[in-house]
Amino acid sequence: MATVASDLVGPTKYGGKYTVTLIPGDGIGAEVTESVKTIFKHENVPVEWDQVDVTGVVTGNVHSEDLYRQSVASLKRNKVGLKGILYTPVERSGHQSFNVALRQELDIYASVVLIKNMPGYITRHSGVDMCIIRENTEGEYSGLEHQSVPGVVESLKIITKMKSERISKFAFSFATANQRKKVTCIHKANIMKLADGLFRSTFMEVAKDYPQLEVNDLIVDNASMQAVSRPQQFDVLVMPNLYGSILSNIGAALVGGPGIVPGCNMGREYAIFEPGCRHVGLDIKGQDQANPTALILSATMLLRHLGLDGHATRISQAVYDVVSEGKVRTRDMGGNSTTHQFTDAVLHKMEQI
Amino acid sequence: MFAARSVPRSLFAARPLVQPRAALFRRAYATEQKKIAEFKGKKNAAGNYTVTFIEGDGIGPEISKSVRAIFAAAKAPIEWESVDVTPILKDGRTAIPDKAITSVKKNLVALKGPLATPIGKGHVSLNLTLRRTFNLFANVRPCRSIAGYKTAYDDVNTILIRENTEGEYSGIEHIVVEGVVQSIKLITREASERVLRFAFQHAESIGRKKVRAVHKATIMKMSDGLFLSTAREVSKEFPHIEFDAELLDNACLKMTTNPNLYSDILLVMPNLYGDILSDLCAGLIGGLGLTPSGNIGDECSIFEAVHGSAPDIAGKDLANPTALLLSSVMMLQHMGLSSHGEKIQKAIFATLAEGKYLTMDLGGKATNTDFTKAVISRL
Repeated sequence: MATVASDLVGPTKYGGKYTVTLIPGDGIGAEVTESVKTIFKHENVPVEWDQVDVTGVVTGNVHSEDLYRQSVASLKRNKVGLKGILYTPVERSGHQSFNVALRQELDIYASVVLIKNMPGYITRHSGVDMCIIRENTEGEYSGLEHQSVPGVVESLKIITKMKSERISKFAFSFATANQRKKVTCIHKANIMKLADGLFRSTFMEVAKDYPQLEVNDLIVDNASMQAVSRPQQFDVLVMPNLYGSILSNIGAALVGGPGIVPGCNMGREYAIFEPGCRHVGLDIKGQDQANPTALILSATMLLRHLGLDGHATRISQAVYDVVSEGKVRTRDMGGNSTTHQFTDAVLHKMEQI
Repeated sequence: MFAARSVPRSLFAARPLVQPRAALFRRAYATEQKKIAEFKGKKNAAGNYTVTFIEGDGIGPEISKSVRAIFAAAKAPIEWESVDVTPILKDGRTAIPDKAITSVKKNLVALKGPLATPIGKGHVSLNLTLRRTFNLFANVRPCRSIAGYKTAYDDVNTILIRENTEGEYSGIEHIVVEGVVQSIKLITREASERVLRFAFQHAESIGRKKVRAVHKATIMKMSDGLFLSTAREVSKEFPHIEFDAELLDNACLKMTTNPNLYSDILLVMPNLYGDILSDLCAGLIGGLGLTPSGNIGDECSIFEAVHGSAPDIAGKDLANPTALLLSSVMMLQHMGLSSHGEKIQKAIFATLAEGKYLTMDLGGKATNTDFTKAVISRL
């Protein structure tokens, strides 16, 4: 995946190897990162892991905040990370989601989710190939809420011109760099006239600098309806935070679920690669059932980010081949193979490439 | 404003957890008493109910004609009172003509075709104006797969209730400094409680055993948190209905993957999520041309087709009246005329399933008139 070169200060190689922060995350995190580690070792990728076991699960462990600080420090040092999803408890006031905090603290403002049918894996929809670019640091996830009087709560959604412009530019440069044709802005400016209105008008302004790209906009409810009936019409989509969460989940469902959709989060200085559709998977934790595809493909995006395209291609090709052969599939894809069996199949395939 | 909540909450708190049979019976009776948004209209001298008819713009008049014809053929005890809601400016604000307001307030129920939203800055949409004028606090959106119209999904049967008065649609926004906007999502216990209680009562009346609240309380801990905790409290009043909650992300994912998971659940959620998910559900079965909608208020209720006014095909007898027809069926059920509603609904579904008289939007060649005649022949 090509990104905007000028936007990035590349990580440095020490002793012929890159150090990459690894945050396995909660739920199925440990299992799927183990799969990636095995594959990287097998492929002899010049990457060394700096693992931090942060967790969002309330265990009574007072060190969770320390671990979080440690992960931030590690990312600041290494500038690049691979991450599973951290659990966010509902019932714990004052505890912001670590996922959101990390993105805000490191200003990792753009989330990129790639939604594409996998060859050989049939879902209800075919020919889907879209890319969701989501503003990651403001909007509905500002975390600013208060209770005016008992029983009346206000939650602030913040939209700024600066951040809207930044994400729009990112979307257009991404589209240009990846030979995409169309960029669609998703909003609800008919209701939130000022907030989403600002997002939309900023997008339209930035669009003027990219006359070669087709530009349009769509209201979020209509976009959701179109996504489940004619998803083939979408190319690159750019939107504020919450709508990104909604559409990436719809998108993931179109092509086969959160187990296969890769993603990354980009800032000016830091980049974190994580599954595109952010599900913790607490329900299948530790059962060796999880599909590591999303994290493996996210890891190959990481390799491309580091300029290790050769390794990236071999690994992703092996994953695609295993999926399209259809013999070894995890439960979410209708098979009954375990995470380990899937990883072994990928390793086996890599030897043949 | 919140007159429907006439029983104070302390009464429920005082109730013992395990009740003798007689007490249960009394409680059921009490629930009947405080039923939210119950239709209180009266029949006129001829034994008919009068319903306000807002025919709407574009294809509105054509599809309204179809509803009239089918209702007449089905001998539904309804008399129509047509009103015009072309907005007027009252003290510089968009308003609905008094005549229309009086009519809806008198009849307590209305059927509405599509309205063209005037384009222009600062214009409040007519739908929003109607919602505010009549305090329509809940939007009911059922979606059922239509046999005869194939989509990527089969056997969809969802029902969703959306809070309609606050949340992200509070309309409270301001520019803090140039280039920084705050938009306020407002969640109140009162509005949440009302829509949630209505949701549980609606589940009871249509025979769904499960109610699920959709939220994003992991991120919006206080606002969605309040909605969620209110839901948990209200659910205690309905011990025979199973209650659970689901994250918005998960609901979007599961609904798109396998909508059948929701065919025995009634979903209830704040405004924006409801807007998005209800349109998503409509997308699963083929679009807004096939889905009905009901806006429920304390006093009055308005049933409507949520699709656009399609000015490009207006007057050509090409429009599909299904959405407005199904909305009118919902209206009959709301008015306690279920048998008439059932009869009309059966005829509509049978006509669509046969596939001989499909309109253009469903890939057929029939005119609106052909379709209407086919439905009438099946009554």
